[in-house]
Amino acid sequence: MDLERLEGILGRFDGLPADLIPVLQEIQDSYNYLPKEELNIVAQRLNVPLSQIYSVATFFKMFSLLPKGKHVCRVCVGTTCHLKGGQRLAESVGHRLGVDIGYTTKDMNFTLETVGCLGSCAQAPVMMIDDTYFARVTVDKVPKIIKQYQK
Amino acid sequence: MPIIESVDHLTEYRRQVRARRDPNQLQVLVCGGPGCLPLGSEPLAEAFQAEMAAKGLEGKVLLKTTGCHGLCSHGVRVLIRPKEITYQKVTPEDVPEIVETTLINQGLVERLLYQDPHSQAPCPHKGDIPFYQSQNPLVLRKLDIIDPESLDDYLAFGGYRTLRKILFQMTPEQVIEAVEKSGLRGRGGGGFASGRKWRLCRNAPGDVKFVICNGDEGDPGAFMDRAIMEGDPHAVIEGMIVGAYAIGALRGYIYVRHEYPLAVKRLQKALEQVREFGFLGTKILRSNFSFDIKISQGAGAFVCGEETALIASIEGKIGEPMPRPPYPVQAGLFGLPTVINNVETLANVPEIINMGPEWFAAMGTDNSKGTKVFSLVGAVNNTGLVEVPMGTTLRQIIFDLGGGIIDNRDFKAVQTGGPSGGCIPSQFLDLPVDYDSLQQVGSIMGSGGMIVMDSHNCMVDVARYFISFLMEESCGKCTPCREGLKQLLAILGDITNGQGEESQLALMEELCRTMAAASLCGLGQSAANPVLSTLKYFREEYEKHIRDKKCPALVCRQLLTFTIDPNECTSCLACVRECPVGAISGPKKEPQVIDQEICIKCGLCRDACQFEAVVVE
Amino acid sequence: MGEVSLLINGIYVKAPVGSTLLEATRLLDLEIPTLCHHPDLKPEGHCRLCVVEIGEWPHTRLVNSCTYPVEKGLNVQTHSDKVLEARRLVLELLLARTPKAELIQKSAAALGVTESRFKTEDPEELCILCGLCVRTCREIVGVSAISMSSRAPDKQVATPFKEPSEVCIGCGSCAFVCPNNVIPYTEKNGIRTIWGQDFELVACSACGSYIAPLAQLEYWARLTGDPVERYLVCRNCR
Repeated sequence: MDLERLEGILGRFDGLPADLIPVLQEIQDSYNYLPKEELNIVAQRLNVPLSQIYSVATFFKMFSLLPKGKHVCRVCVGTTCHLKGGQRLAESVGHRLGVDIGYTTKDMNFTLETVGCLGSCAQAPVMMIDDTYFARVTVDKVPKIIKQYQK
Repeated sequence: MPIIESVDHLTEYRRQVRARRDPNQLQVLVCGGPGCLPLGSEPLAEAFQAEMAAKGLEGKVLLKTTGCHGLCSHGVRVLIRPKEITYQKVTPEDVPEIVETTLINQGLVERLLYQDPHSQAPCPHKGDIPFYQSQNPLVLRKLDIIDPESLDDYLAFGGYRTLRKILFQMTPEQVIEAVEKSGLRGRGGGGFASGRKWRLCRNAPGDVKFVICNGDEGDPGAFMDRAIMEGDPHAVIEGMIVGAYAIGALRGYIYVRHEYPLAVKRLQKALEQVREFGFLGTKILRSNFSFDIKISQGAGAFVCGEETALIASIEGKIGEPMPRPPYPVQAGLFGLPTVINNVETLANVPEIINMGPEWFAAMGTDNSKGTKVFSLVGAVNNTGLVEVPMGTTLRQIIFDLGGGIIDNRDFKAVQTGGPSGGCIPSQFLDLPVDYDSLQQVGSIMGSGGMIVMDSHNCMVDVARYFISFLMEESCGKCTPCREGLKQLLAILGDITNGQGEESQLALMEELCRTMAAASLCGLGQSAANPVLSTLKYFREEYEKHIRDKKCPALVCRQLLTFTIDPNECTSCLACVRECPVGAISGPKKEPQVIDQEICIKCGLCRDACQFEAVVVE
Repeated sequence: MGEVSLLINGIYVKAPVGSTLLEATRLLDLEIPTLCHHPDLKPEGHCRLCVVEIGEWPHTRLVNSCTYPVEKGLNVQTHSDKVLEARRLVLELLLARTPKAELIQKSAAALGVTESRFKTEDPEELCILCGLCVRTCREIVGVSAISMSSRAPDKQVATPFKEPSEVCIGCGSCAFVCPNNVIPYTEKNGIRTIWGQDFELVACSACGSYIAPLAQLEYWARLTGDPVERYLVCRNCR
């Protein structure tokens, strides 16, 4: 547990139960997942039962109880991207990385996820790796894109 | 000390901002909207900056990255003002030519102009292009002109004029009356009369009330709210201030979907600016009205677009909707009276106050006033954001604005309203698009997503896609939705896998009826629409999947056969390497063969083949 | 305390302001089936079995009677065709989910549903996700040791991280209130085991019969401020 880091996060809030989701979002962004020990402290500080925190952590898609990979690849499977082969694209990326959708590679380099709609429908199929968007990604473009992150 | 001390000071400040601006100054406006951003808006803007500096134009020509220019299929777009020349598909390599030809020599770079599909004539100006001609941009009108991070730009455009009117010339009651008279209805899909909602909340007992802006735009295929939040954040804030004044709210929240980090950033910056200027805070501009806004981020749950689930999420709970009554206007956030309005609804409010309700009510139809922003995507030539008066027909949107179906194929269906909506076939293309007309044919207008489909799309697959989406997003609290979606998905899975039975069609219809009638919230209640509408209008397609075990659109993979055309195969063995089950083999330097017994129909061989030798039937 | 007049199945009923339609139907001795309702817990509308049809034809709709407040002049039908079709289908869905749950078999049979046309994923499943256990632990016991995790596809009742809960007092209220006996709960040799945790049972210092887990008695002591020794003697012997 990284108490100092956690205190830094908690210090920015008022300590109210309604701060739960923003606090968890900061922990997720900072640690790349929600560590159990940190969540125990959050329960005490915000006066929220640990069971509610567990409930919230498993309900919302952005939270992960297991560490995510160094790079997160999100393939859009919104309607337009789906119609243009979004699912196939996701499977192709998974095939190339050797990982199932929703999971992280053994070397912890990549987490592969599908995401609802990124809002760039005119450029379907779309995917993101970390904060970078890739537009009109046909399956043949995948190897080159992935290679950039595999160093 | 706020920068602006009074409304008179604001008026004077605005006058000075405008006075400093030369309406004839050359401006280069690069689109940074959701469609163009992934295509490279940022490197393009940097290229312009570098080239303009190199040619000594810095300071003479204004360069801005703006919000969405609308015609996303032809991005990255660049607008040159004041002549309103619009270039498309611009890359950094084109920049030196644009600077030289257009900025310095007032000429046109023809190859970057939109070409009229019929006359082939180049269309240099926005007004020449049918996509733009037929629109009526109100909410979108500033998006290709202002820098979303500049409050001065917003003020120069007349922003925050409502503050004088509402704080010093109108009572809250008069503000509500104006919105009621305008006929504004919720743009998030619900279509509830906004004025009436404000009135109900104002009348609810209690001193502490809230305004919440619902920016959880979850419908896949919809990015209207994203474009507004990113491209014109102040319009949303100004609308919220008006609403807060009307109902007597002290605090507001803007709930933004987690998947829209740029929208969060722009709204945060805009809020900082207005606080500095004094448009938010205590006793705003020396009035008796105090109000401030906080941003709340979603955490990845489509169901949090539903009002009570959204409220639960702000309270730190899971997004499980609650039965209504009580309605949020009576008991919402923290149990207190709360108004929840969609982004586009709020963005419409300032002009209703500035121009008067009659101006707004003059547009649209009897029951659906004003304009609506749609995201027109899918199999049309021109995809992107469009804003048209309510009552415009589907045909006008898809064929006049959208430019018809790509590759001259035939129109098959248009899916409207996201996962809560249905698929509309060609016999209804002349229906006006408004809150009521589409319901009669089994769909809804919804938040504005409009996905056009052609013969390459399988309607059974579309139904299965939406049910799969809803199944993942359902909160799981109530039986009909949770169990119903699971069973619908199982049946649709059978049908698309070639294991469907005739009796399952009637079973699905019965299940859909109960889900629609008995589910706790809108997600479950409208989940039936994608299935019922496709069953109604495309039943033969379902029957082909069941009886013939064939997918006419060649989409449902388990019903396809993959073979290699020996005439096209070059024996490069790319497919052999890709095949995860080793189904492809053959002698070296001869056409390869797919063993149908082993083939799992994943399609990776087709993706790998550079010679189109893999035939799919 | 005011009253409102409403129509239930064509009969005028006077019900107290603030009461629910379900409570109002009980004034007429009507049997509305419920699964997730409990008189001591706040109703939340999970099961949808208690739906009734309200409004004037053709603009009627189904609402769950357990939360819908009585309204002056409201027209309510508790056993219309629309209502029965919905109740039957809800039970048919639950029968597919939990085919071995006796309560579901009985409730379904009472409405004429003896088998399900839907697929069963796990024939041993017994939990119908009514939430009574979670709500009891939260509202009545007050420790919130368990909660609902995940969304629809994997929704289930669980302790945090599916590990023994530090705040569980072993009272067994969750198991007691569960309509399908889902929650495993054993008692042997003075130890109660529930949610993966062993709780030492305290025997009455006077008569020797088991009272409750020590953890639970200590919790009561904390809540009331009384010394825990007061609870080490069973009620009969006090």
